[in-house]
Amino acid sequence: MIKFFLMVNKQGQTRLSKYYDNVDINKRAALEADVVKGCLSRRKDECSFVEYKDYKLVYRQYAGLYIVVGITDTENELSIYELMHNFVEVLDKYFSRVSELDIMFNLDKVHIILDEMILNGHVVETNKSRILAPLLVLDKMAES
Amino acid sequence: MALKIVKGSIDRMFDKNLQDLVRGIRNHKDDEAKYISTCIDEIKQELKQDNIAVKANAVCKLTYLQMLGYDVSWAAFNIVEVMSSSKFTFKRIGYLAASQCFHEGTDVIMLTTNQIRKDLSSPNQYDTGVALTGLSCFVTPDLARDLANDIMTLMSHTKPYIRKKAVLIMYKVFLKYPESLRPAFPRLKEKLEDPDPGVQSAAVNVICELARRNPKNYLSLAPLFFKLMTSSTNNWVLIKIIKLFGALTPLEPRLGKKLIEPLTNLIHSTSAMSLLYECVNTVIAVLISLSSGMPNHSASIQLCVQKLRILIEDSDQNLKYLGLLAMSKILKTHPKSVQSHKDLILQCLDDKDESIRLRALDLLYGMVSKKNLMEIVKKLMLHVDKAEGTTYRDELLTKIIDICSQSNYQYITNFEWYISILVELTRLEGTRHGHLIASQMLDVAIRVKAIRGFAVAQMATLLDNAHLLTGNTQRNGICEVLYAAAWICGEFSEHLEDPKQTLEAMLRPKVATLPGHIQAVYVQNAAKLFATVLKGQEGNPDAQAVTQETSQLMIERLPLFVQSANLEVQERASCILQLVKYIQKLQLKEVEVAEEVTALFAGELNPVAPKAQKKVPIPEGLDLDAWINEPPSESESEDEKPKAVFAKEEPKHSRTRHTEVDEKELARRREARKQEQANNPFYIKASPSSQKIYQEASGVEHIPVVQIDLSVPLKVPGMPLSDQYVKMEEERRQKEKDDKKKKEKKKKREKRGRGKHMDSAPESEEDITPAHHVDIVTEEMPENALPSDEDDKDPNDPHKALDIDLDSLKARPLADSEKLPARTHRSAESLKSPAGDRDETVTPEPKKKIRKEKKEKKKVKDKEKIRSSEDKKHKKKQKQDPGEGEEEEEVHVKVEAETLVKTEDSEPTESLPPSAPTDASDLDFWLTTDPAPSGAQVEAAAASTPEEATGAEPVEVKGQTEPDEEMKSKHKKKKTKKEKDDMDKKKKKKKRHHHHHSDREETESVQNGTVEEEEEEEPLPPMSNYDLLAENDFIKMVYDIQGNLQDGSQVVVSIIFQNKTSDFVKSMEFNVLDSLNSKLQRPEGSTPHDGLTVPFQLPPGVSNEARFVFSVQSIVMPQKLKGTLSFIVKSDDSSTHEKLDFKLHFTCTSYLITTPCYSDAYAKLLESGELKSSSLKLEGVSMPFHHLLARICFHHHFSVVERIDSCASMYSRSIQGHHVCLLVKTAAETVSIDAKCDEVGLLENVLEEIKQTFSQC
Repeated sequence: MIKFFLMVNKQGQTRLSKYYDNVDINKRAALEADVVKGCLSRRKDECSFVEYKDYKLVYRQYAGLYIVVGITDTENELSIYELMHNFVEVLDKYFSRVSELDIMFNLDKVHIILDEMILNGHVVETNKSRILAPLLVLDKMAES
Repeated sequence: MALKIVKGSIDRMFDKNLQDLVRGIRNHKDDEAKYISTCIDEIKQELKQDNIAVKANAVCKLTYLQMLGYDVSWAAFNIVEVMSSSKFTFKRIGYLAASQCFHEGTDVIMLTTNQIRKDLSSPNQYDTGVALTGLSCFVTPDLARDLANDIMTLMSHTKPYIRKKAVLIMYKVFLKYPESLRPAFPRLKEKLEDPDPGVQSAAVNVICELARRNPKNYLSLAPLFFKLMTSSTNNWVLIKIIKLFGALTPLEPRLGKKLIEPLTNLIHSTSAMSLLYECVNTVIAVLISLSSGMPNHSASIQLCVQKLRILIEDSDQNLKYLGLLAMSKILKTHPKSVQSHKDLILQCLDDKDESIRLRALDLLYGMVSKKNLMEIVKKLMLHVDKAEGTTYRDELLTKIIDICSQSNYQYITNFEWYISILVELTRLEGTRHGHLIASQMLDVAIRVKAIRGFAVAQMATLLDNAHLLTGNTQRNGICEVLYAAAWICGEFSEHLEDPKQTLEAMLRPKVATLPGHIQAVYVQNAAKLFATVLKGQEGNPDAQAVTQETSQLMIERLPLFVQSANLEVQERASCILQLVKYIQKLQLKEVEVAEEVTALFAGELNPVAPKAQKKVPIPEGLDLDAWINEPPSESESEDEKPKAVFAKEEPKHSRTRHTEVDEKELARRREARKQEQANNPFYIKASPSSQKIYQEASGVEHIPVVQIDLSVPLKVPGMPLSDQYVKMEEERRQKEKDDKKKKEKKKKREKRGRGKHMDSAPESEEDITPAHHVDIVTEEMPENALPSDEDDKDPNDPHKALDIDLDSLKARPLADSEKLPARTHRSAESLKSPAGDRDETVTPEPKKKIRKEKKEKKKVKDKEKIRSSEDKKHKKKQKQDPGEGEEEEEVHVKVEAETLVKTEDSEPTESLPPSAPTDASDLDFWLTTDPAPSGAQVEAAAASTPEEATGAEPVEVKGQTEPDEEMKSKHKKKKTKKEKDDMDKKKKKKKRHHHHHSDREETESVQNGTVEEEEEEEPLPPMSNYDLLAENDFIKMVYDIQGNLQDGSQVVVSIIFQNKTSDFVKSMEFNVLDSLNSKLQRPEGSTPHDGLTVPFQLPPGVSNEARFVFSVQSIVMPQKLKGTLSFIVKSDDSSTHEKLDFKLHFTCTSYLITTPCYSDAYAKLLESGELKSSSLKLEGVSMPFHHLLARICFHHHFSVVERIDSCASMYSRSIQGHHVCLLVKTAAETVSIDAKCDEVGLLENVLEEIKQTFSQC
């Protein structure tokens, strides 16, 4: 199962964080810093899986942004790796060429997208149009 | 009022929204914290306003700040306010904030129960969705209890969007409120066959997660999952299912055997790496569970290893990593297969990626043999030298030690080499693993007696060069090895060449800078050395001088330790100092003391097994948890910290380093102290000379270190010491080999008992003898050690509560108290613990006891029988009887009978009655009905030992479980008769229990699912869903058609190809002539005339299954398609092209999918009036009613909705969503079936097929 989903930039600033098992707010910062350190220090030609405490971290870099997902060792690493790409594709589709700023300015919407894809630490949906459907409804609601 | 609203909206214009906040933070990079604190103040103001839009905006900003790490829990109540807004745009902001910052401890959560319930039942699916999502993050046990029923209802919502979310949330609910699992499980199970793939996937996810923790309760779902696995095309779902099977197979090896085939097919066919990886992993898990001597699966292992090799060789680092990871799993059970890839793995050690190197290191553990250990370790030592990061180097160090010490130093042939490796490792600076090296040194020196002389010499050198180890940093972990060195030199000092020299090394002043526990060992062992020196000088003419000198040395140096800050050191030093002083006195009187002094340290110290303490049985009547004295009151215990005694020592320790105080003051103080000490009768006065040394100790650098001519040099220029041994060892082996060649014919060398390892390599492992005879001392255990070796499970595991026997649902209906609390009786009643009510439904205790006793008797009988039949089995095996398979199957059945008894006995606390024979025997049936049992498989089934047929499924051996056996083994009936009687008796007893539970209901009605067979005595005849497709001399094909759950226009045809020849069958190509209605799905770009290649080859006698997808348009009519299978039969010298024509028969039944249906839904369906009816009468059907139903269920994919006496309603659904309802009645060999369906044509054809089924039997 997925334990947390993070997006951080190269400077190590958190841009999105979602925890599927409650982690105390005071420990989150330390955990994030630790996790980010573990992933950012790796070279491009190293593999995308890092063992970290009880978790396994799967990360992927998109320009200046890193996506880091913490999973239990029973999860399939490659499928999570694919899921991250799927997520970015959905973001790309919605924001049309997504950038770090898009994610910061529309944190709530990014969360909606993420919630449509992962629920309770499990993948629920990978179809792009179905993921975006609720968000489009919401946008329509906001317009009217 | 209106003004207020206007004012509110004007205010809003000036409020910052999220975007402004983000921009603001970016513009205040220098004083971010200050800026944010002003923002938080603003937010606090905004939250005070009445306008919900303003509040929502504020909460939205808080969510962002929370992400940055600011605690926003103070706004919890405002978040609840926003959550309860009627406008969706605000509501979701509230829920988002709640999901991010609420947790179990948030107290306002209890205010949300009603709001969430309202949202859950909202007509707007997005309201419900957002509430479910939020709930998944902050559900508490209270919320779970109160809302379980609502969420369960949502699992059957009309919209798949809601269903899938509800299903996933249920997992969280189960965790928080385990009582909900039993009532919710049937519906969850139903969702596995939901028409929407998303919901299906969610259900699979949840059950996988549940089953991973308590697999045995989910074993009965295996057939269902198997079906899903073979029909699903969704990789996400497949991965989960395959993972689930990985968890189930250890409990049921037969399941594993069934899985191998489809999994290998997937491995061959899939292009998705994630799926491939998962399949390989599960195949490995299966093979591990089957591992007890089954050579037939070597092909599967080879396949896995080959695929993994491809992954490891891939340029993609991710694949490389995973390949190595999976490889390490194979290593545990099939080290041979991995060892052949040693080259590749050693290559990975040089990879630039540290994670990959670490994984490769893991694998090395299993790669070593006596032959290559030195070579591998040498390579690792090179890496140790090269490694930059300390973490990786430390990892290397532990791995070297792990590899060498594994299974009791099995692979070490030359311990001198190993000791020198350990000594070389001590040169690592800044390693944390000094203690590890130390414990290895101790272990080897203690347990390998032959090596002691060498070890002692090496340790003496280490002690002499201690300054190299301690270096500048006092906290250097490597100094731990000195602990070992000192102990070894002391304990085995008789091997020392010059004990006096070592004694001197151990008493150097610099020793005082070592950690206390090491000093303590130094002091103690100095005494041992002293004894040895005395003894060594006995009979020596100038002994007097030497011994006097040694005593003087001790007396001079020991006071340094007497002053130690460490209590242990101080105490030992004082004791020994007094002892030596006394000895000196005796020496002056020329008394022979050596004998007596050595007696102080006489006796062997043997290693104690790590678990020895644990194994000491607790004497009867001793309660370790009981207080000996009443515990002190809490306030006392806080004051009285036992540690304080030691903590006080710390400041004293640093006292010597105070340099700020000027000299004069210091001198004055010293004087005063001396005065005080002189007047204090309790103060132990130090000799003047030691005082001098003590002062020097603060400036240890000035002490001249004597360079000593080493007998064994620590370092040979150009070549590390261990390398010398490698070379020597090689020479020795070569010599030995030559010697052996000479002697070979004369003498057969005795084999050493320890290493049972066989090697297929030309030069077998056993040929390498250790350099000297190694006598490894085994660890000591207490005399009356308990044999049990179990490690207790973590009692805090939340999943423990979910260990609920779900199969028992049918046997034991839900008690009222167990039903989920519905809205109406929420508060008081639901809080009542269900335990009280439950007792009523449970069998009274005494009865159970009687039953148990009887069972025990029976167990003994059964065991005897098994023994006798096993004897017979052995005899048969010797004869190599071809009918072996049958015979052994029968044994297997009996064994199962015993396992059943065992399980029940071993779980006496289980309050559930022995349950669900129906389900279990279904599973058993499914597992044993091997559609095309090739010889190999039967043998494999027989070979599974009784232990392997775990008690996970309480299988009752009625005739039904093994129908085939019933017929085959008739001639052996006599033997089993007695057992049968026993069984019958037991069955009757069981029946009584059953009635005891259900006496509330007069008629036993069966709902949902398979038929209960408890009251019937007659066994079910064997059934197979595979029909013969075609057969010739070379190949036999049987097939089964299943509808695809996810696509209404697809069916999957599973065909098992069996190679009947003794040659290889390869290049199979499968082709059919498409009709307008039904078409074989071919890969894109191929024409309708192209055949499909079957993705495997068939070795002689082997069968394998392939699946082909067909698309169909109309499913109303049955259809036949003509096709051809072409293949090449390749024997040793020739190969021939062959063809086999066949006709695929698509019956209407094959378009039906077994779908469970609740009786209320069924009634509604019939009332709706949309269904057209038809009927059928069958004459002369003599089979029992339950057989009849089972046949319809099995062959025509129906499920029983309800059954009352000799009347049953059944349901099924077509892949295109047609409902098919049957009402089956029987009276005196006449069966009448009234049927309803929304498509008449389909119905007529299905009825016709049912008729045919019964006319055949």
